[in-house]
Amino acid sequence: MLSKHAIFEKNSIFMLLGIIIMISVGGIIEIVPLFRIETTIEPVKGVRPYTPLELVGYNIYLREGCYNCHSQQIRPLRDEVERYGHYSLAAESMYDHPFQWGSKRTGPDLARVGKKYSNEWHVQHMIDPRSVVKESIMPGYPWLMKPLSYKDVADRMRALKVVGVPYSESTKEYEANVKRFGEDIAKKLDILHAEENLLAQAKAGNYDGNPEDITEMDALVAYLQLLGTMVDFSKFDEGHFADFR
Amino acid sequence: MSTTVDKPIYNDEIVKLFTLATVFWGVVGFSVGLFIALQLAFPGLNFGEYLTFGRLRPLHTSAVIFAFGGNALFASSYHAVQRTCRTRLWGDRWAMFTFWGYQLFIVIAAIGYVTGVTQGKEYAEPEWYADLWLTFVWVAYLIVFLMTLKNRKEPHIYVANWFFLAFIITVAVLHLANNVAIPVGLDTAKSYPLWGGVQSAMIQWWYGHNAVGFFLTAGFLGIMYYFIPKRANRPIYSYRLSIIHFWSLIFIYIWAGPHHLQYTALPDWAQTLGATFSIMLWMPSWGGMINGMMTLSGAWDKLRTDPVLRFMIISLAFYGMSTFEGPLMAIKTVNALSHYTDWTIGHVHSGALGWVAFVTFGAVYHLVPVLWKKKELYSLKLVNTHLWISTIGIVVYISAMWVSGIMQGLMWRSYDDMGFLEFSFVETVLAMHPFYVIRAFGGFLFVVGALIMVYNLYKTIKDVPSVDGVKEAV
Repeated sequence: MLSKHAIFEKNSIFMLLGIIIMISVGGIIEIVPLFRIETTIEPVKGVRPYTPLELVGYNIYLREGCYNCHSQQIRPLRDEVERYGHYSLAAESMYDHPFQWGSKRTGPDLARVGKKYSNEWHVQHMIDPRSVVKESIMPGYPWLMKPLSYKDVADRMRALKVVGVPYSESTKEYEANVKRFGEDIAKKLDILHAEENLLAQAKAGNYDGNPEDITEMDALVAYLQLLGTMVDFSKFDEGHFADFR
Repeated sequence: MSTTVDKPIYNDEIVKLFTLATVFWGVVGFSVGLFIALQLAFPGLNFGEYLTFGRLRPLHTSAVIFAFGGNALFASSYHAVQRTCRTRLWGDRWAMFTFWGYQLFIVIAAIGYVTGVTQGKEYAEPEWYADLWLTFVWVAYLIVFLMTLKNRKEPHIYVANWFFLAFIITVAVLHLANNVAIPVGLDTAKSYPLWGGVQSAMIQWWYGHNAVGFFLTAGFLGIMYYFIPKRANRPIYSYRLSIIHFWSLIFIYIWAGPHHLQYTALPDWAQTLGATFSIMLWMPSWGGMINGMMTLSGAWDKLRTDPVLRFMIISLAFYGMSTFEGPLMAIKTVNALSHYTDWTIGHVHSGALGWVAFVTFGAVYHLVPVLWKKKELYSLKLVNTHLWISTIGIVVYISAMWVSGIMQGLMWRSYDDMGFLEFSFVETVLAMHPFYVIRAFGGFLFVVGALIMVYNLYKTIKDVPSVDGVKEAV
């Protein structure tokens, strides 16, 4: 049988095709069904795309490479659920392009860090981590207090719309969002009002403790305070989500 | 039959360039690694906006994998394919384009990392414009390689070239599928990947694990299959084993990605498939190790006299160790402990330093005298010094990471008598500190070793007398 191998050894194109067939099988079997099987992502009430301010915050999270040290994925293990909260659901990151589950916990998991600490704590912790947690080895990010650049936020939402995040531009899309997420949320997902929504949320939220300026800190803290808070787990029976795993 | 007519004029200039780039980026990548290791031990070393750990870590991983490893693969594949096909590398200009195009890609990517331009995906951080550029370079690489194979004067394609070809084509497929993205605007650096959430996770780790499988394994097995028989002056131990382990390795590797996503929101069936194939992968991986090591049967004495060969054989030992450790860590219960900890970092480094870097050092020590037509290396003694300093560095590094990783995993899940979690997160961070210092010391030794190599190679090129008409067998 091994003598038949000469077919590949004597023809580089056969060798090339043989390789392509061999490497295609596994990828196709593991990846394609994820787009076809309904149970890949269970629909969960409360999960929604980011508002413009949160979206810019998510981008700062990526820019600073936070994912290198922080995961956003709580595993269904006793100690993790007790330490961080309910295990992560597929739905909770369905609008993340890309996902930010991470692979390393040099710092703690952040999947449910939202509302655990006050805005003031986050600001102080970002500017000088060791002034809040003495043993922390996180870098300080004092320059996040600089003005936020948000002029391209509508363009960013448009790009995300292309990849499937339900931001709205037409009346029809807006109406669909009202039905799906309720009127309050639908308004914030409207691309045509992206900038004013961003400014309004930053002013009202006052995340960086400085109501005058809109800073990068506003956006990042707005994002962090949202993490893991979209699903209200008190409204579901215990074990409800086990069927989806 | 006159041998002078038969002997093609090889394109050694391109191999020289890639070899120099390998050494250069190696030193850069290792040094950045040492610096970020120190940042974890002493966080005061995070200076300013551009040099934080979060921005330098992708610089380190990319510099080592893609700049050091990538240039090593270009150099060795271009060298080996000419010799094993007995023909000159096809397309001098195309080959030159792959060199400058690839260096440009590295520089573009590196500037992106420190300025915060990133896709936010591990080992796939470069943004859309850099990805697009790399695609052109890679297609040129494939064309040069395939055309050289086509022009071969040997009836059979040698086994090293199977591995190189599998590496080139699979990396192309992975790169394209994982980096499909919509730019925010053609005048902006930012883009959003087509895949989101769970699908994005699966595709990313299908990519990520096979960057290990095909870039760092198949490609470097190609290096092994040319340079070990060449250096030992023995034929490959088993032709049958080559065939079986080649096809099974590339078939099985591609399935293993989901072991990076155990216990996550990825559907269970995919996690189980990933774990199962990871365990199956153990055997084809060891097939390569056995084939390489047994090539020395009848020539084991050469290990006593040739430190270059010693580099290559120790690299196979590390390869064997980390391809045993990998399947072990893919088992769900082990992964529950090891995932998210330094154990993973240790595992990666026993592969990247012990296997990838060591087999590269062996190849480079062999290549430089051949390419620059020198009689021998400047100093075999320094090669030996490099070997042992680096080996000790690696052992220090991975031992520190084993201890800190397993310790941190156990601390996270530890309960006190009252049934409460025993340690806060930050207590586990504090416990890591001594091991981060030890790890940085291990990394320091590795950098010192690399600098000894730079000195040795410099002296070889500059001071060792040339030999004209160096005879070279295929």
